[in-house]
Amino acid sequence: MPAVLIDDVHKRFGNLEVLKGVSLTVEPGQVVALIGRSGSGKSTLLRCINGLEAIQSGRIEVAGHIVDQDPKHLRELRKDVGIVFQSYNLFPHLTVSQNIMLSPRITQNVPQAQAETLAREVLAQVGLSEKFDSYPDNLSGGQQQRVAIARSLAMRPKVMLFDEVTSALDPELTGEVLLVMEKLAKGGMTMLLVTHEMNFARNVASTTIFMHQGKIWESGPSRELFSNPQTPELRNFVSAGAH
Amino acid sequence: MTTFGLPEALFILRAAGWTLVLTSVAFILGGLIGGVFAIMRLSQVAALRRFAAGYILVIQSIPVLMVLFMSYYGLSAMGVELPPFLAAAASLSIYVSAYLAEIWRGSIQSVPFQQWEASASLALTRGQQYRYIILPQAIRISLPPTVGFLVQLVKNTSIVSVVGFVELSRAGQLVNNATFQPFQIFTLVALIYFAICFPLSRLSRHLEQVMNASRPH
Ligand SMILES: Nc1ncnc2c1ncn2[C@@H]1O[C@H](COP(=O)(O)OP(=O)(O)OP(=O)(O)O)[C@@H](O)[C@H]1O
Ligand SMILES: [Mg+2]
Repeated sequence: MPAVLIDDVHKRFGNLEVLKGVSLTVEPGQVVALIGRSGSGKSTLLRCINGLEAIQSGRIEVAGHIVDQDPKHLRELRKDVGIVFQSYNLFPHLTVSQNIMLSPRITQNVPQAQAETLAREVLAQVGLSEKFDSYPDNLSGGQQQRVAIARSLAMRPKVMLFDEVTSALDPELTGEVLLVMEKLAKGGMTMLLVTHEMNFARNVASTTIFMHQGKIWESGPSRELFSNPQTPELRNFVSAGAH
Repeated sequence: MTTFGLPEALFILRAAGWTLVLTSVAFILGGLIGGVFAIMRLSQVAALRRFAAGYILVIQSIPVLMVLFMSYYGLSAMGVELPPFLAAAASLSIYVSAYLAEIWRGSIQSVPFQQWEASASLALTRGQQYRYIILPQAIRISLPPTVGFLVQLVKNTSIVSVVGFVELSRAGQLVNNATFQPFQIFTLVALIYFAICFPLSRLSRHLEQVMNASRPH
């Protein structure tokens, strides 16, 4: 059974059709990169996968959950699917460890002591053990993003979604976040990531999907896709070095 | 003709106590009702949203005085006699509820929507989102305008004198009617209002500065 199955998904905002029949599958342990021009529907697709956006037609299944808009189903789905946003979205009134422990404590009833162990574990995983008691405002962007990743990991997700998680970062902070993601990928995490980091897509993702005008325009093994684009649109996109 | 002395001053002070009691009751009751309306105003259920919006609009469009007249004279014409204190407390609570509902709705809405998305993505229920993520941030945002409103409320309680409830302003009038020493009396009354409101105003301004200093960048 694939970890993510998307079948002929259509999504409109009012009259604007943003996804025009998108189908794809992600196998467990697979890392898939989504690339494409601004406005091609990458974020929207990602947000449909964890139900932040409702779809008009088609079918989405993730980690055995059928995605619909029933709040109860959505919560069960979201225990298994982590998402990391471009803007980190840490909770500013909570410390790093509280950010991480909150959902395990209240949605999965993990006891406090165990939640703390869990928080230390995921913080070590992203290399921020010493920030346990810091507030998000006192961290750099790169550190905040790594905490956001740790917060998702604490849910023990089966699938992780990343939406341009390094786009808001200064170039010198991008590397530390990409490194964490690469480690996750090597560790066997199923990942679907929207990125403008073409090198990262080429080297870390086994499959890359090029979206154009709300459709999957071209997809395939990352190295082949980048070295030998089949469509003029992808060729343009790659040669523009799109950042 | 009496002169303005200690008994009169004590009478005024006691009345100031009633102003505080009335303010507190209206603020607490109005706050509870207003909190409910603020959340209803942002409900995902359209009917609740519209009901709350309607309530707020109606109350904000009517002078408190009319609410007071309706709950005192209006009800008594229908055979329900509310004691002046109850009529006053009820009217002011209704007035407070509509204004606090609006202040708090605004505060809740000024929490970035990404906080909703991030917490929803962590499988929190809507109630949990409010309790752990949104309200703690909204309450911080709402403190300066809420305390600012409280200052207005202290002063606006004087309106209830029209139904015969003796609070600070009314006590000043009564003493003046008996003593005709308006300057001393109303200076004292004004000073008492000032003593209550000034610290609150300062607190509101202080909170605002603290908020601005710690605004997330
Ligand atoms: N909530 C919304 N309401 C209306 N239109 C929206 C909404 N979200 C996205 N859109 C529109 O949908 C289209 C696709 O947006 P989307 O964010 O998915 O693109 P993207 O590929 O992620 O682009 P970028 O690289 O800039 O992030 C755009 O035209 C955008 O304006
Ligand atoms: Mg996007």
